[in-house]
Amino acid sequence: MAEHTSHPHDSEHHEIPEPQTKAIWRTFIILSVVTGFEFLIAFIMNASPLKTAIFVGMTIVKAFYIVGEFMHLKHEVKSLIWSIVLPCIFVVWLLVALLMEGGSIFMLR
Amino acid sequence: MAATATTEAPVFDKKSWMGGVEPMKVSYGKLMMWFFLISDTFTFSALLVTYGLIRFSYPAYDPAIHGAFHFSNLYWPIPEKVYEAVPFLHGMELPLVFVGIMTFILIFSSVTMVLAVEAGHRMDRRAVEKYMLWTILGGLTFLGSQAWEWSHFIHGTENGTVIKELVNGQWIERTVFGANLVENQYGPPAFADLFFFITGFHGTHVFSGVVLNVLIFYRTAFGLYDRRGHYEMVEKVGLYWHFVDLVWVFVFTFFYLV
Repeated sequence: MAEHTSHPHDSEHHEIPEPQTKAIWRTFIILSVVTGFEFLIAFIMNASPLKTAIFVGMTIVKAFYIVGEFMHLKHEVKSLIWSIVLPCIFVVWLLVALLMEGGSIFMLR
Repeated sequence: MAATATTEAPVFDKKSWMGGVEPMKVSYGKLMMWFFLISDTFTFSALLVTYGLIRFSYPAYDPAIHGAFHFSNLYWPIPEKVYEAVPFLHGMELPLVFVGIMTFILIFSSVTMVLAVEAGHRMDRRAVEKYMLWTILGGLTFLGSQAWEWSHFIHGTENGTVIKELVNGQWIERTVFGANLVENQYGPPAFADLFFFITGFHGTHVFSGVVLNVLIFYRTAFGLYDRRGHYEMVEKVGLYWHFVDLVWVFVFTFFYLV
């Protein structure tokens, strides 16, 4: 360390600022709590459309925090946010359409 | 007068889309990583949508019709009855415990990755090295867990499942142990096929993520990013790693919970 402080203007041995990790740990706690809640629901509820809706909702919450905070998308410009989110909305459309299609195949069998 | 008004307030700033600047305020590399990830999203959604379609085209388990739950190729199985084994706890029914542990490992390795990115912003080489090592360890642990789960799924339970099938116009009964691409003791063969394809494709992504993380660790340790003056490469690989975690969140919900 003494060697480092003797060269204050050396770019190789610059001062390292304090870490800013508060938001990261907050996101981690949210993700853990949501996952724990999913486990609880998995065991206390019987299969029903409501249960599925809760799981899908929780998943979207988790996806929001991972993409928004960890991948930093929340803090990017609007045009980038929409270039990523808009295609995903069409994927949801495809998902719903093909789930209905699957139900129809079941009825015809 | 009109001419000066137009030069002072341009209606549309063409310059920002004609090269030399960053219209989306991110570097070229990060933008291309985002576009790669959106294309990868399509691939994974295609697999998950296929799962949904095939699942909905099979009968669901109904206690009123099928009685107490047992494995059968006549209906789609309940995931928590299939995934209930944990290493070193043989014979105990612990539904979804192991896959829950795997989920936490992956979420935690995502946290250490974002800590490495944060350390990179501060040019703190030692911290980047430390968190990259934790991330690599998390990725390897996840891969090991998945290998165990696959091995258990392939070998099956001790007693197997007796299935009835029509062969050359005759109903025959036989016992099936475990699952592969053509037969499956837990349910319809399509269930095992989708399990292998979806978790396998995700596992391949985790594997390539670990390889990239090792590369980043190596280059950090040899001071490449210090000499370059920024740690943006850690951010780009971080985006990929978070994406892998995100995909697991969806696989976990749609394959194991719903």
